[in-house]
Amino acid sequence: MPDSSTRFSRRRLALLVPALTAGLVMSACSAPGSDQPSSTGSDGPVSTELGTGPISLELYAETGFPLVKALADEFTKQHPNVKFNIREDQFTVITENAPRVLASDNAPDIIRLPTMVDLVKDDLLKNLDPYVAAYGWDKFPASQLVQLRLADGGGVRGSGSLYGLGLGYSVTGVFYNKTLATQVGMAKPPTTIAEFEELLAKAKSAKVQPIMQFNKNTAGINFPHQALQNQFGDPARVSDWIFQKPGATFDTPAALKATQTIQRWAQAGYFPTDANALDYASMVGEFQKGNGLFMFNGDWESGNLDKNMAGNVGFFLFPGEAAGGKHVAMSAPNTFGVGARAKNPDAAAFFLNWAHTDPKAREISVKVGGSHPGGPSDLPLPSVAEGTVLSETLKASQQLGAENGAVDFTANATGGIFAAAITPEMQKLVAGQQTPEGYVKAVQAEYEKELSR
Amino acid sequence: MTSAVGSTSAGAPTRAGGEDRQPPVRPYRKRWGRTAGWLGWLWVLPALSMYGFFVLRPLLTTMQYSLYNWNGIGRAEWVGLDNYLTVVTDSDLLKIISNAFILIVFFSFAPVCLGLLVASLVRRLSAGPFGTVVRTVLFLPQVIPLVAAGIAWTWLLSTDGLVNQILRAVGLGGVTRAWLGEFDTALPSVGVIGTWVMLGLCTILLVTGMSKIDPALYEAARIDGAGPVREFFAVTLPSLRQEIGVCLTVTIIAALASFDIVYISTSGGPGIQTTVPGLEIYRLAFSQRQVGLASALAVVLMVLVLVCVLPIQRLTREEKA
Repeated sequence: MPDSSTRFSRRRLALLVPALTAGLVMSACSAPGSDQPSSTGSDGPVSTELGTGPISLELYAETGFPLVKALADEFTKQHPNVKFNIREDQFTVITENAPRVLASDNAPDIIRLPTMVDLVKDDLLKNLDPYVAAYGWDKFPASQLVQLRLADGGGVRGSGSLYGLGLGYSVTGVFYNKTLATQVGMAKPPTTIAEFEELLAKAKSAKVQPIMQFNKNTAGINFPHQALQNQFGDPARVSDWIFQKPGATFDTPAALKATQTIQRWAQAGYFPTDANALDYASMVGEFQKGNGLFMFNGDWESGNLDKNMAGNVGFFLFPGEAAGGKHVAMSAPNTFGVGARAKNPDAAAFFLNWAHTDPKAREISVKVGGSHPGGPSDLPLPSVAEGTVLSETLKASQQLGAENGAVDFTANATGGIFAAAITPEMQKLVAGQQTPEGYVKAVQAEYEKELSR
Repeated sequence: MTSAVGSTSAGAPTRAGGEDRQPPVRPYRKRWGRTAGWLGWLWVLPALSMYGFFVLRPLLTTMQYSLYNWNGIGRAEWVGLDNYLTVVTDSDLLKIISNAFILIVFFSFAPVCLGLLVASLVRRLSAGPFGTVVRTVLFLPQVIPLVAAGIAWTWLLSTDGLVNQILRAVGLGGVTRAWLGEFDTALPSVGVIGTWVMLGLCTILLVTGMSKIDPALYEAARIDGAGPVREFFAVTLPSLRQEIGVCLTVTIIAALASFDIVYISTSGGPGIQTTVPGLEIYRLAFSQRQVGLASALAVVLMVLVLVCVLPIQRLTREEKA
């Protein structure tokens, strides 16, 4: 019996080997990915009319953020012929799915875009330039759209054609617990980095956790790191690196100084000892429980914090090295684009324009999304209740816009930089397993590796 | 199938032997044999087509993709064996592969050793209702989804989790830490979760195996003056050869191909301290869009699994008398 089974398996093997070889030979002949979706490009007339015929808009959005659903409901209320078919996924899932979904026959009309460069390279996103002209989006403040512009072919970001708009424009800074602030003697938000560090030391000696920050699956300590990096050098160099401008490098004195500061803070115990085991939700939960004086985060948490820490939470933009300087902060649009294979691109563009200009939509953007609604600067901002953290983040956002200090997130520089370099290297850094010099070099090495592909 | 046709041919000459007429049997038999052969394939066809479509085809396409530099959408570029070269030379990827081998200790050897110990202890209880309870409790980790187990263990091992609370309560406050968040303890902690998950399966398999051992063997051993330890090594262990083989095969595959426990409990961190090939394949393919490199790593992982598992299959095969 064993003999015959061996014979049989040999026979099977004899069949399998040519089959595998044939498969491999076949594979060599037909390369994967050769059937490309056709690009719709920027040519062809566009319409700014919604019409009255029934339209079903496919919308692919991020779960956990009620803004999109609220906007869609309001839009349908105002334009009953348009219905939305909303598909929601987690941010990371969208990042992973976006290319496949956009390349499919059932591509979404409107999609939340984590990163755009690869998608534009592969002709998966609609060039919105015709709509810029048709709707007058060129009258929006240039800084609002700069992060959504891409050079021809999808290489360098920051100039060229427009490939998306934001449903809200977020700003990041520092949330603080007012009770704990009083306890450590913080009368008003710090105006310099030195003052901020003094407060950290005071909190530490008062046995108050100075900064509540996550660093588990995605490096949350990259928030304070970039906040420092933005101040220590010319923020334009940070932007150039994020936008993949030729010759830009992460290995700069500013980034190194920021990394050294972060390591110093980690060694001083300013971050939670288990930061590497804390995820985003746990961080917010701990901060709400009163465990932490500061938390580096974005205005998308304003509404939530107003609800759960009513009256006990404040917000400030991270200060510069010298008092009275211009503010620089990570600020990015809650980006949405239109699929190159979208069935209703005109209606999608109409919706995006409406979200920026309709008074009711702007109000929803602020109250539900917690962020600046964008759009032309002459449109009034919806009013929000004074004394809330939402009103503070909104003011910060306006201030940043006026000072032209918005810089995109370093984590958005390439599709893989956050997962492949920033997160693991930052975890090593705060655990003392990586030197500041090693950190900036490792991030730059991964960046170059990705750009060379 | 072969034997069925054989028996027909064996019976035929007897039937035709006594009668003096042209035997139509042979052509008929041949025709029927051939039809039966094809009919057999027909029965297998649904399963075979599913297997071909969902197992062999992806396997072949993975091998194909591993020879390209491809982002999953755009035009692929033929790079031959470059991706394999990267897998065997990139220090990060080698560390990731070595992590999987370290996990074998926790996922395989620990559960099998502990399983043998626990099985020996509960063997005598297996008949009564208490035995059922013990078996159920031991098997519970197998029933719980790994994701849920991962989440629960994340709570247990957090800085203010139950594990640290117990340590503090017994005066060991000095050793408390974020078990899954520190470089030294993250991989062993993930391993402990794996041990917990695999222990039940191994114990149940081994208890079942023990129940099949002829009691006369134990009796004979006892008459020869063997104590419980001697009994275990002389009778129990050799008799469980096949069960241990199954346990090792299943658990080694689980260790090398682990994904869910690691993804939930540490996401591969801190650094790449707990990243395993399964997680890295997923990340390379979907986050970093290096489908070619991910496929090459997948093929290498498949080869590693076979290299580890095939010798175990051979060593633990029942010897024929």
